[in-house]
Amino acid sequence: MRPLIEMRSIQKSFGDNTVLNGVDFEVLPGEVHALMGENGAGKSTLIKVLTGIYERDGGTIVVNGREVHYRHPKEAERDGIVVIHQELNVIPTLTVAENIFLGREPKIGRTGVIRHKEMEQQAASYLRRLGMDLNPRELAGRLSVGKQQMIEIARAISTNAKCLIMDEPTAALTEREIQALFSVIRTLKQQGVAIVYISHRMEEIFTICDRISVLRDGQFIGTKQVKETNFEEIVQMMVGRQIGERFPKRNVAIGEERLRVERLTRKGLFENVSFSVRAGEVLGVAGLMGSGRTEIMEAIFGARSFDEGNIYIDGRPVRIRSPRQAVEHGIAMITEDRKQKGLVLDMSVHENLTLPKLEQLAAAGFVQSSKERDVVLTYIHLLNIKASSPDLPVKALSGGNQQKVVFGKWLAMSPRILILDEPTRGVDVGAKKEIYDIINELAAQGVAVIMVSSELPEVLGMSDRVMVIHEGKVQAILENDGLDQETVMRAATGGNI
Amino acid sequence: MEAKRKWDVKKLGPLIGLFLLCIVLSILSDDFLTMDNWLNLLRQVSINALIAFGMTFVILTGGIDLSVGSVLALSSAITAGMMAQGVSGFVAIFIGLLAGTAMGVLNGVLVTKGKVAPFIATLATMTAFRGLTLVYTDGRPITGFASDDIMFQMIGRGYFFGIPVPIILMLVVYIVLYIVLKKTTFGRHTYAIGGNEEASRLSGLRVDRLKMYVYALTGTLSALAGLILTSRLNSAQPTAGTAYELDAIAAVVLGGTSLSGGRGWIFGTLVGALIIGVLNNGLNLLNVSSFYQQVIKGAVILLAVLLDRRKEA
Repeated sequence: MRPLIEMRSIQKSFGDNTVLNGVDFEVLPGEVHALMGENGAGKSTLIKVLTGIYERDGGTIVVNGREVHYRHPKEAERDGIVVIHQELNVIPTLTVAENIFLGREPKIGRTGVIRHKEMEQQAASYLRRLGMDLNPRELAGRLSVGKQQMIEIARAISTNAKCLIMDEPTAALTEREIQALFSVIRTLKQQGVAIVYISHRMEEIFTICDRISVLRDGQFIGTKQVKETNFEEIVQMMVGRQIGERFPKRNVAIGEERLRVERLTRKGLFENVSFSVRAGEVLGVAGLMGSGRTEIMEAIFGARSFDEGNIYIDGRPVRIRSPRQAVEHGIAMITEDRKQKGLVLDMSVHENLTLPKLEQLAAAGFVQSSKERDVVLTYIHLLNIKASSPDLPVKALSGGNQQKVVFGKWLAMSPRILILDEPTRGVDVGAKKEIYDIINELAAQGVAVIMVSSELPEVLGMSDRVMVIHEGKVQAILENDGLDQETVMRAATGGNI
Repeated sequence: MEAKRKWDVKKLGPLIGLFLLCIVLSILSDDFLTMDNWLNLLRQVSINALIAFGMTFVILTGGIDLSVGSVLALSSAITAGMMAQGVSGFVAIFIGLLAGTAMGVLNGVLVTKGKVAPFIATLATMTAFRGLTLVYTDGRPITGFASDDIMFQMIGRGYFFGIPVPIILMLVVYIVLYIVLKKTTFGRHTYAIGGNEEASRLSGLRVDRLKMYVYALTGTLSALAGLILTSRLNSAQPTAGTAYELDAIAAVVLGGTSLSGGRGWIFGTLVGALIIGVLNNGLNLLNVSSFYQQVIKGAVILLAVLLDRRKEA
């Protein structure tokens, strides 16, 4: 079969920094091809070179048997290569059909008046062909992230896309939406559309992909058939070494009860949530997206109000009405969305690291820079944050290093209770392992850890107990003693254990 | 780590612009580079600069304060009115500044507790404070109230070692605020809140309280600017300070502070205020009609912002 896209010996440097060094990558029609590598390995640069955002320094790109030099993503789209970004480009105030045909609306002659009926019919036919359950007249803003993503896929297909490049497509999807996406991907495959699938989620890649290509430090490491490889081999290709056991064991004496939550209720979001965590314990929290997991944690952290219920720390009732009060009680929360809620992106690594405890590093309101520098250097070293300088804006770091900054900023205040919401989202394998080690180290120091995660292997690998939330209620609290994914999933979808 | 906001070349843009402007004007006009002209120029600049310093803080938090001109007018009228009734200059000045602070606090309450967008909240108070000024003064200037109060006269007309007091006030406030932004938790938190309010709140920062302080600061400085103006004119005009918010915002923007918050510096605002002052002064010296002056000022602001865009790209 002739490849749809053939990239050979691609070279790309920024100044002295070689980002791509002789990378080969080919995509066949109708295949799902995973592009893997740690953050900074060169995946996004490769895609940007392909679609003409960056100009290549060397190598050839052949599309449909013709060498191409795109200067703009629009030119790549004309050849059927469309990128679906992690941040979706859907306009919430327009309908599904209007979004699909944005900029290409069928018009009456050259008047600019849109033929709405025709547009909706065409949209409906695309949606049907892709097996998508969407009403063309619905406002895009009312739809879930998963359905908005469907709109983008439908838009791409309606422009005769031959190759969809999907960047972390499942990062914000619920389990059910992921299944729906996979079924659309299978339909697309049958129609001969190729998919380049960029993701850190190993389980998904082994479920949906045909081949895997791995990059490391700008080098092409190799392409494998999914059927002929395994998890360990791919990880080793990505990191260049064996990272050891994925979820390191932890031997911690579990201590006294640290946090107890009783009958926490917020109408419409969660009700009667009761649980406790002890010093040195990791409590995993599983549940589908939208089940209320995040909201419960936000309420405990004072970032969201609740109607009823009590919170006890070390057996004493506490009143927490704002994140500030939570911090004063020794609670830290690492939020799910680090860019929106975790970091001040324009500020430097060092300013972010000291943000929650700056007042303790100041005398009479003046920041004591020597004290501050000590704290900053300590945490950069402790967490192995890779930044050329502490004064670098935090937005210049890779996702994994950004997440380590978020950890550092909270560890600097020596929390006694640590709430983690999706602690490894968008973080590559190597950094994930480091984050697991940090969590274990904290537990060993006697911190009570609550870890919300959508990645079941992570929940099962890290937790002492697992609390499963279903539609705002605690469906089950399970001892993690040979617990399996199916049991947790059954509880998360409302089944009884 | 101290040098984190380094003097990189990009940031020198406004300063280079100011120098170029000065060079051109000194060639075109013999009067421009004289000591007398500069003392006069700086005294004029001080009013806008004081307001713009406060505005810098508000804009750094991601807000805006349109009410500064009306705050200036109302607090001036209050001070003048009290003095006309025989209250001593010291007390009247204090009450005037306090009134400015209180108006700033009201803005802060509307923005934080009322959750009104800063543009809307201060647009409303701009109108209301102006209305109150007209009510209080009955639409007429308050004059002839302070012929013998030395303290009040000093603020706008006095000299200290040969330097006009308004210039000294401007420099003192500048130095204090420069240190606040650079060295204190308050300054760091100001940047953090403008950079990412939600992340700041979740980091345990007192976001609402800080914003309140920032609006209060702007109110106080607007009142101080009003006192300088009133003392110089020896009268409180009900229409004083109209459209001053525009010059203040222009100074902040010319200085390179981002209107979306989180990025900027107060040195830039000082330079921005100087650019506007030099431009006003130079165009007057060159006898350019005031109609054309506005066109030129607008063009300069656009040019500065366009150059700023290009360096970011």
